[in-house]
Amino acid sequence: MSAPNVSVGKPLPHDAAHLHVTGTARYVDDIPTPTGTLHLAFGLSDQACGTVTAMNFDAARTAAGVIAVLTAGDLPFANDVSPSNHDEPLLATGTVHYIGQPIFMVIATSHLAARKAARLAEITIAPETPILTIDQAMASNSRFEDGPRIYTKGTPDTALPKSKNRLTGSLGIGGQEHFYLEGQAALALPGENGDMLVHSSTQHPTEIQHKVAEAIGLPMHSVRVETRRMGGGFGGKESQGNALAVACAIAARHTGQPCKMRYDRDDDMMVTGKRHDFRVIYDAGFDDQGRITALDFTHYARCGWAMDLSLPVADRAMLHADNAYHLEHIRITSHRLKTNTQSATAFRGFGGPQGIVGIERVMDHIAAHLGRDPLQIRRANYYSDDNADQTTPYQQPVTDCIINALTERLTTSANYHERRKNINEWNAKNPVLKRGIALTPVKFGISFTLTHLNQAGALVHVYQDGSIHLNHGGTEMGQGLFQKVAQIAASEFGVPVSQIKITATDTAKVPNTSATAASSGTDLNGMAVLNACQTIRQRIADHLATLYTCPADQITFQNGHVKVGEQTFTFAQAAQKTYEARISLSATGFYKTPDIKWDRIKGVGQPFFYFAYGAAITEVVIDTLTGENRILRTDILHDAGQSLNPALDIGQIEGGYVQGAGWLTTEELVWDDTGALKTHAPATYKIPACSDRPDIFNVALWDQPNPAHTIYRSKAVGEPPFMLGISTWSALADAIQSCGPIYADLQTPATAEAVLNAITRTKGDG
Amino acid sequence: MQITFMLNGTSVTLTEPTPTTTLLDWLREERHLTGTKEGCNEGDCGACTVMVTDQTGHAPLNACILFLPQLQGKHITTVEGLSQKDAPLHPVQAEMITHHGSQCGFCTPGFVMSMATAHLNGDTDYDTTLAGNLCRCTGYAPIIRAAIASEEHPVPDHLHHLALKTPEILPERADGAAPQSSDDLAKLYAANPDATLIAGATDVGLWVTKQLREIATPIFLNQCADLHGITQTNTHWRIGAMTTIAEVERTLTPHFPSLGSMLRRYGSTQVRAAATLGGNIANGSPIGDGSPAMIALGATIHLRMENTHRELPLEDFFIAYGKQDRQRGEFVEAITVPKQPYTLHCIKISKRFDQDISAVCACLNLPVHDGTFGQTRLAYGGMAGTPARARHAEAALTSQPATLTTIQSAMQALTHDFTPVSDMRASADYRMKVAQNALLRAFHSINGTATDLHEVTS
Repeated sequence: MSAPNVSVGKPLPHDAAHLHVTGTARYVDDIPTPTGTLHLAFGLSDQACGTVTAMNFDAARTAAGVIAVLTAGDLPFANDVSPSNHDEPLLATGTVHYIGQPIFMVIATSHLAARKAARLAEITIAPETPILTIDQAMASNSRFEDGPRIYTKGTPDTALPKSKNRLTGSLGIGGQEHFYLEGQAALALPGENGDMLVHSSTQHPTEIQHKVAEAIGLPMHSVRVETRRMGGGFGGKESQGNALAVACAIAARHTGQPCKMRYDRDDDMMVTGKRHDFRVIYDAGFDDQGRITALDFTHYARCGWAMDLSLPVADRAMLHADNAYHLEHIRITSHRLKTNTQSATAFRGFGGPQGIVGIERVMDHIAAHLGRDPLQIRRANYYSDDNADQTTPYQQPVTDCIINALTERLTTSANYHERRKNINEWNAKNPVLKRGIALTPVKFGISFTLTHLNQAGALVHVYQDGSIHLNHGGTEMGQGLFQKVAQIAASEFGVPVSQIKITATDTAKVPNTSATAASSGTDLNGMAVLNACQTIRQRIADHLATLYTCPADQITFQNGHVKVGEQTFTFAQAAQKTYEARISLSATGFYKTPDIKWDRIKGVGQPFFYFAYGAAITEVVIDTLTGENRILRTDILHDAGQSLNPALDIGQIEGGYVQGAGWLTTEELVWDDTGALKTHAPATYKIPACSDRPDIFNVALWDQPNPAHTIYRSKAVGEPPFMLGISTWSALADAIQSCGPIYADLQTPATAEAVLNAITRTKGDG
Repeated sequence: MQITFMLNGTSVTLTEPTPTTTLLDWLREERHLTGTKEGCNEGDCGACTVMVTDQTGHAPLNACILFLPQLQGKHITTVEGLSQKDAPLHPVQAEMITHHGSQCGFCTPGFVMSMATAHLNGDTDYDTTLAGNLCRCTGYAPIIRAAIASEEHPVPDHLHHLALKTPEILPERADGAAPQSSDDLAKLYAANPDATLIAGATDVGLWVTKQLREIATPIFLNQCADLHGITQTNTHWRIGAMTTIAEVERTLTPHFPSLGSMLRRYGSTQVRAAATLGGNIANGSPIGDGSPAMIALGATIHLRMENTHRELPLEDFFIAYGKQDRQRGEFVEAITVPKQPYTLHCIKISKRFDQDISAVCACLNLPVHDGTFGQTRLAYGGMAGTPARARHAEAALTSQPATLTTIQSAMQALTHDFTPVSDMRASADYRMKVAQNALLRAFHSINGTATDLHEVTS
């Protein structure tokens, strides 16, 4: 039995593209609601730390349209929306921990009425001194876990002093707001007997189901969560949707009416967590060729007030401290600091970008010190493509490395060396404007580091007319997961993708799912769907084999037909025959990732099934009078394995790159001295706009099969390209370094102001 | 109040609507037209973009900060009305599918409407037409590919006739909140001096959507015909207070290209199509870009209260932060700009190049005659509580040799003109440094040294 890949590998458009462009794709706030639907808004803390001494809701309760105002004391069961540590109440319980923390909720007849009433409450808070910064948290030993996590390979303490050269430095790494275009939203519809149907814009329907069930005091079977699509997620809807869904369910239980909640954009940015900001301290030993002989990293992660997903985020930063570089003697120390700010959360890359930008900074610093092209230093430190006797700092063998060949192909196609020479000449002639160029690589580990999450389920029905209903635990946030998985199902049955009905993620169809996160959506759910399809196909084949006396392994499914020896049936006929024989045409599928084991305390094991690779070359120009800058050209070669859908994969790469470049350039989160976030709207928080994309943008796929046994030998592609954006920051550092002899010490984000300050430093003027 | 407008080809008349209801809320909540999305509710993301057509043409506007009374007499096309039922998709929609221009799809209807408007207007400068539409998924490249590919296709016929379908019905002249002329306005405002004048609503819109303020007595200026538009004499341009930034840009760019480049970045296409020069000046913002540019050009502001008219140099209008030389019941009628040789250098510094509020906006009028600076006018936004001239720096330049040394002394003198503040956009030090370096950049530019990032290619 064989299944030619009729759909897999095709650059089909996103399954909902037609709905997107006509405005008919429904997001949570677009779902028609029953008459009497109520709307919620939270009232937020205006203090970063303190005790609530008084609450007066008289004005709020009597405001137009208000049905009720609820506080922690009014909640019937669990008051908890934490995805990890039960340390995150839905509504504050006497103390507040950041500016933006929900203290109460208003239930009203309209969104606007709820928002207006939420501002009428009088909340009195006795303030205490907040802990806001990394330094304040370290001074107060304010942290999650008892002390730092430390991973060590080799003997850095003895190797460092023996190193020929040595550099130390400190890199501040800014956080990042997700800025999904669709803000957080949920809608709860009360059913009979206390049951609750929740529509949630979430990457993690099972988590929503779990938290809602606890909040309304019912088993998980009483709560059904449905997610058709999100208007962007990027990790920001892995846990941050819990509060809205739980609030809606509680309010729906309280009032008996459907309840909807969506955050206004400013509330969304004030309430929800963002990418962790970090500080990375390094002490690097290296030889005269720039080869690192020993390295000691210290990571400080500002985690905010609650644990959320900070431990695995900080772990993943440690796991990517090596990026694509083979390090014999390395120690990584990681402090997970608790501060009175939004609880930092998952964001594309999940700590990986912070770990990687740390070592890319070390490469640039060594190059500046030795007066070499940073690319030489990077190549001197790469893991070998020979893949023998090399392990990561956590002692996982690296056996699938292709970074050298990939870099070679990219530098050739992008004409790196000649352009580097031209840029140097151009810079010598231009006093005000300077250009810079850089190549940065990515090696990104694929799997959830919490091993048990690496599982997925699917449910496939074949109807007697041959149409196919597809469901799995993954969620669609724009990445094209549903289309890729539909292509897999279509290929298995040998039918066109149009024969597959893609359906909303639904906890009643596939239970106990993992978040669609860690780039794993297709790897896990694609395999689970494959498993279900194979079960059904085998049943059909077995039946037809018996019926027509043909060996089952000679029955083929392709071009919409099933070939049984000399006879050919449409797929619908085959389905009909199987149905009439009283054989089930419905199957579940399941998958768990093999070969992974991980001890996150010791920092030893095989946390990843495989690595995804890529590299980008970016050229920039800077204005040395203002620090303003622009990307002139970007060339990317990225490894998506044997691509399931090259168009969707390239879309992830282009979009990931620009998002990564934004993180390191214009996207600056600013908190004031009281802990108030000052950049809480797009007026002040600047994600890349249209003209910020590279003038020239060449993206190619490496397109070789994944050596690991993944779905059709493809590779995960959601997060890895984000880190290609680091080449932008590195190119800016390169341009700045052309202005003077002193190491410029560029921090992130490299706003125009940060670039101008770095220029001042490199000239020795400051 | 009665409002009549066209929505996707059908006439709509609203009687006594809540005047501060936004078009976005009305579309989504009253009409259940949910294709138009709320992304930010402040005019910064473009997810709510609709196409608005009137006799002057087609413009994309942000529905989230557009109040219903502003729609009077216009034709609104939403994503639901872009392609006709059972007809093929609009070319930009079809090409967005072909070129994979949508991922999560939430920004897509707004993009499609901006792209369709540009397609209809024959405008192919997509960095400009799409500067006001944010996409977080695609990195924009496939959207641009789709826009370019759509150029090959004709505009669907029904879109050519929108302007002809704008309603003829005008509200009665006496209609309270919507005066028809500046005379009407003068009477109405004198009788209601505490009313809120609403021009383009790109600022007042946020009072409503973000500050949740009640606007007790709004007066909508959009129907004051004689406040719109630009007229010229031999010596001056007279810019009516309700003239949009887009129209100022169109008229003045040929005469002052640097002003044009700056105004292109004043705000997105959607914002510039709504925002008015009068509104930008009247609200007294220290970081509006219109005022420093007009001050550098030596503009005069014309004010009116009932039948009393007065005028003053624009820089004198700004007294202190939040305080302008405007009496209760007095309104801005026009700005006049003297015709002059082109010696203006506008340098706008912001965190993001497009659609960002300035950290510093330097508008430097630097005439040079025979190697000597003439009468200079240096106006800055973002450096003080008001837009203001840099008098010390001007003194250091005027009648001095046009040399680097003179520029450096002016840069030094600038520290006596301003004590800027630090905020989320920039530090005080950075503001001062780039304010000084703006002079240096203008000097380099005068001397032909390359200073424009946008002229560099890989």
